[in-house]
Formats: sequence, C-alpha cells, structure tokens
Amino acid sequence: MNDATVRITVNGQPVEVAEGCSVAAAIARLGVPFRRSVRGEPRQPLCGMGVCFECRVCIDGVAGQRACMLQARTGMQVVTDG
Amino acid sequence: MAERYDVLVVGAGPAGLAAAQAAAGQGARVAVLDAQPRAGGQVWRHDVRHAPSAAAARGIHDGLKPPIEWLAGTSVVAAQGDALLVQTPQAARWLHYGNLVLATGARELLLPFPGWTLPGVVGAGAAQALAKQGWPLAGKRVVVAGSGPLLLAAATTLRAHGAHVVAICEQAEASALRGFAAGLWRWPGKLLQAGRLRLQLAGVPYRGGTVVQRALPAADGCLLRAVGIAGPRGTERLACDMLAVGYGLIPNMELARLLGCATQAFGAHAAVQVDARQHTSLDHVYAAGEACGIGGVDCARIEGAIAGLAAAGAAVPAGLLRRRGHARAFAAALRRTFALRPQVHALASADTLVCRCEDVTLGMLDGHADFRSAKLATRCGMGACQGRICGAALAELGRFPHAGSRPPLFPARLSTLAHAEPAS
Ligand SMILES: Cc1cc2nc3c(=O)[nH]c(=O)nc-3n(C[C@H](O)[C@H](O)[C@H](O)COP(=O)(O)OP(=O)(O)OC[C@H]3O[C@@H](n4cnc5c(N)ncnc54)[C@H](O)[C@@H]3O)c2cc1C
Ligand code: FES
Repeated sequence: MNDATVRITVNGQPVEVAEGCSVAAAIARLGVPFRRSVRGEPRQPLCGMGVCFECRVCIDGVAGQRACMLQARTGMQVVTDG
Repeated sequence: MAERYDVLVVGAGPAGLAAAQAAAGQGARVAVLDAQPRAGGQVWRHDVRHAPSAAAARGIHDGLKPPIEWLAGTSVVAAQGDALLVQTPQAARWLHYGNLVLATGARELLLPFPGWTLPGVVGAGAAQALAKQGWPLAGKRVVVAGSGPLLLAAATTLRAHGAHVVAICEQAEASALRGFAAGLWRWPGKLLQAGRLRLQLAGVPYRGGTVVQRALPAADGCLLRAVGIAGPRGTERLACDMLAVGYGLIPNMELARLLGCATQAFGAHAAVQVDARQHTSLDHVYAAGEACGIGGVDCARIEGAIAGLAAAGAAVPAGLLRRRGHARAFAAALRRTFALRPQVHALASADTLVCRCEDVTLGMLDGHADFRSAKLATRCGMGACQGRICGAALAELGRFPHAGSRPPLFPARLSTLAHAEPAS
C-alpha cells in the first residue's frame, strides 16, 4: 500500500521495515529471541495483541515494553532480553 | 486537567465504533479510546500490506468522525466514581463520563501443550495480527490449528502475506462441522462468507477431529521444526516453521471486573451481563460486542449501536433488537459446533509449563485447592501478564475458577499512579 520505510536498531543492528510495522515485526526480521524466561528459555510473541507479555523488550531505555503493541518509528533503539 | 464526556467508549473495535457513531448521532459529546495505536479492534485490524475491506474502512471512518474524539494508544489504569485514569506513552489523566460503554472485545484462548513455549508457536488470531503488522512470513510453512472459524480467517491472512499453509487442524469432529454447515442457510451472509473463505483457501487441507499434540524443536532445541498431530487417520508429523494454534475466543473482562459489573458464565470463563439495552448491572455502564460473549462482528456492530443509543438516552428501535437475537443465535450454534473435546483439555502433562511468565509447570500446582494458594506457593500468575494467559488456561482445564483482576489493569508507570485521585 505504502512504500515508506522506517529504520530502527535492534541490539545495535539496523533494521528497515515498512511504515506501520510493529516493533515485533522488525525484531522478527533478525530471528533473535525477544526475551529469556526465568529458566533461561528463549521466547517470542505468543498472543500478538498485548496480553501475554512474551514480546517485552527495552525501547529507548524503557524496559518491559510490548513490541506487538507499538509501531516502529525511525530512530527507535530496541534491545532484546535474549 | 479533567475532561468530561457524555459517552465514553472503551475499545475501538466494531462494537465500540458503532456505539460512538450511534451516540454522536444523538448529539452526545463522545470519546473513544483504545490501547492499540490504530482503531479497528481485532477483525478490522490495520494491515500494512493490504487495503481494508469496504466495511472496515466505513466502520472506522464513521466511528471516529469528528466531533467524536479519538484517543489512540490509551490504556485504562484505574477507575473511581465516574472517571477512568488513563495513560498514553506520554502522559496520564482522568476522563470523566456521563455513561461508559465497555467494548473491550475478546482475546484468544491459548492452552498449554508440550512445546507451546517454543519460539514459532503463536496463537491463530495472534498469527493473523502479527502478519497484518508486518511479521515476515514469505515462504514460511505454517500449520494452523485449534478450533473455530477464526482458523479459516487466520489462514487466509497468512496466505495473503506469503505463507504456505501446510494444513488447518480443527479439533471439532468432521461430523459436527457438516451438521453446522447444513444449518448455515439460516444465516445467508455467513454462508457466503464461508464459501468465499473456502475458495481463498483452495488446496489447503482442512482436517476435522485433529489436534496438535506437541510442538517439536529443531536440533538446537530453540526453534520450532515440526508438530505432532493426532486425528482420525492416527498420529502424524508435519514439518513447519510456525504453528498458529488457538482454541477460540474469550471476553476481555479486566475493566468490567474492576468496575464491579455483574458477570455471567461463558463456558469456564465469564462475560459481562447486560439487559436488552446493553445496560450492565451498574447505573452508568453499558457493554457491547465480544465482551458480552463471543458473537462475531455482525453481532458486535448491532450491540454497539444499541449501547450507543441507550447511553445517549435515546430509544432503541425494535428492528435492532430483533437483529441482535438472530446474531446471538448464530453465535450459539457456533459454540455448539466448536465445543472443545476432552482430548484438548488433556494435552498438557505434569512437566508442561502453564505459567510462561514464571515458568511454573502444571505438576507444580498439584495439591493446591485454589488459584490464590497456588500463586503464593509457586508464583503462578504473578508475572508480567498478571495471570491473563495461565488464569484462562487453568479455568478452561477445570483446575481453578478465574481469579478477579485488581488495579492497575496493566503495569502502570509510577508517575501515572501519582494521579491516584480524580480531580472533580
Ligand atoms: C486475534 C483475533 C483475531 C480475530 N480475527 C477475526 C477475523 O479475521 N474475522 C472475524 O470475523 N472475527 C475475528 N475475530 C473475532 C472478533 O473479535 C470480532 O469479530 C470483532 O472484532 C469483535 O468486535 P468487538 O468490537 O467486540 O471487539 P474487538 O474487535 O476485540 O475490539 C476491542 C478493542 O478494545 C480494546 N481494549 C480492550 N480492553 C481495553 C482497555 N482496558 N483499554 C483500552 N482498550 C481496550 C482492544 O485493544 C480492542 O481494540 C478475531 C478475534 C481475535 C481475538
Ligand atoms: S505478543 Fe503477547 S503481548 Fe505482545
């Protein structure tokens, strides 16, 4: 629909996605876990709609943000917990 | 600063948008808020690659048309008197209302089974939502599983985003599905929709009476590689990169519970109890759509319109009430058809994690009489999701009845909690 893109970094790596994509979709491009569980297992999104918190990451220094609920915006710095 | 609205609508899905439109049509000052950054709710969720359907575009446009105020990315943190404390990523404030409409919709029922915590295992509706928001799917092999019509809708979206749908595994028996299809003539619109989905999914095997028993990891143990399924033809393995599995929908009850609305049983779960005018047990609170029990998009539209009119103090036309009855009858037929079989409730074993936030297994809950005692001993349900996933799963499995939610609804910032009292 729209060719505009946004650029964010995930763990320091640049990622470019179409405008309107979620932060979760951008992280998925790298295939890294979003977080580690209490026992150290890698986890990725489960519910896709803000309920499960499996997608939580640190965005621009603020921890515990749900990547499935936020649109990627140019300049965002995302750090996964994996 | 405190703002006041005649009608405040929580949830910008089909129900909330219809409520806002109806109330504004009566001259009420209306605001709609939603935790999501974009309006549309679940079924009309914005798709980054595909244009919305005409119904979605119209519904969203009409439901947010000025002077209706649209408060995007706004979540409810607490409630007191006739006010809600809400927060956006930037700020917190109190919103006062004359009447409140709860159109909080539904979420997926996600049930534990061996391997369900592996990256690559997501809900069925979740896969659809992730796809619409740009999750990379081109060339990915996906098994869609669980139960209900949402599996067909999810598979269609996944395909449209370039995924290869390996199979749709529906737990309901093929005989139940045939019986349901035979009764569809009573709802011609649904028949048409079902036919259209079947066409879009041409070539994808739809297997009745089939359950995903386990998700199997690749050699590194960290990524999904295949699923083990069991059906009328015995057990089998299907190689895949993603498993999209969901067992139907359950109402989002947090806000209704927080306010103290009376509820009614919805299977092992709860729904908001309403009267013919969508009025809850509380004086100034109405509810509409999936929050009142899963009814689908048409039902959500009708109930939203009724709630919006009632909340604005207007009369509700008899025709709307009749149409709601018809839509609810369809929902009841769906529920009978896709009732979960006991096999689904027995998928998790003692060493399967139920609480994903705190890594608590089903076996660790043995010996606890209720959710409260299990929580204190194991931390089950005490993590970031506040028991939303495991609480619903354990209720469905018949382990513990659902525990109520307490404010804050979602983790609030300390600066938000500093606004603890509404300014009147
Ligand atoms: C993941 C998923 C996918 C679905 N896909 C389809 C589909 O493809 N086709 C179909 O016919 N049906 C689908 N459904 C069924 C769908 O729920 C209904 O058809 C329709 O969306 C119901 O409308 P609604 O307005 O009642 O609720 P919803 O559309 O669920 O809207 C509720 C809205 O309320 C918001 N909300 C909830 N609580 C709060 C709160 N406390 N604060 C702020 N905002 C809040 C939510 O963010 C959401 O946007 C899907 C359901 C789910 C859960
Ligand atoms: S994937 Fe569940 S909260 Fe984001």
